[in-house]
Amino acid sequence: MAIGVASVMLVAVGGALGGMGRLFVSRWAAARLGTDFPWGTLIVNLAGAFLIGWLAVSLTVGAGLSLWLMTGILGGFTTVSSFSLQTLDLMRERRWMAASANVCLTLVLGIAAAALGVELGR
Amino acid sequence: MRRYMPYLEVGIGSALGAVCRMLTGVAVGGMSMPVFPWATLIVNVLGSWLIARFATHAMLNDSGHVARLHGFLIAGFCGGFTTFSLFSLEAVQLALDGHQALAAGYVALSVPLWLVAAWWGDSAARRAQARRG
Repeated sequence: MAIGVASVMLVAVGGALGGMGRLFVSRWAAARLGTDFPWGTLIVNLAGAFLIGWLAVSLTVGAGLSLWLMTGILGGFTTVSSFSLQTLDLMRERRWMAASANVCLTLVLGIAAAALGVELGR
Repeated sequence: MRRYMPYLEVGIGSALGAVCRMLTGVAVGGMSMPVFPWATLIVNVLGSWLIARFATHAMLNDSGHVARLHGFLIAGFCGGFTTFSLFSLEAVQLALDGHQALAAGYVALSVPLWLVAAWWGDSAARRAQARRG
């Protein structure tokens, strides 16, 4: 699929929806689970990793749809920048356990979630 | 209406970030070694630098432009520009395609680079602040 106005619009609209969804989940998590640990970022990243794995194998029609759902919505929903910033903040507060838990949980569960999504999507 | 403003700011920033991420993918697509997910590595490292640069700047200048555009720039643009979902999918796909060492290398290389980039962005903001006096 050539990069044209349509692709840019699909990714932009998807990215906006994903970003707003991420804000909603992080606010919900901050209200429910507190702000001591970046639960919101962990939740969006695990959910997004599972969904992209599942879509990557089950979505067989339409480059436009995958651009909207995967590059746009899921790409915008999940985030590495907030993960990095929040981990750095935990390290700066010398909360080494929380910082390493954040890194390990995100990586191990995130990659496992994507693998599970791929497996279930088959 | 006010309570929906953050959603609008983050939505617009995230839309722009996602489009820049896609364009980075197109620009990097022509590079050699197509197996390795360079584009995702680049956006995630760049976005980690940028978010810390903005966040620290906003913290040190709480009435400045960056602080006012906090939602748009930080949760919006940087959040939409970087992606964890694609990172995890690429790691899994590399491993499933038989490139286990490359998959492990991708993960092992990415995380330290993201964190160093964030640390560096934070220092850059502090240095810029010190220069301004």
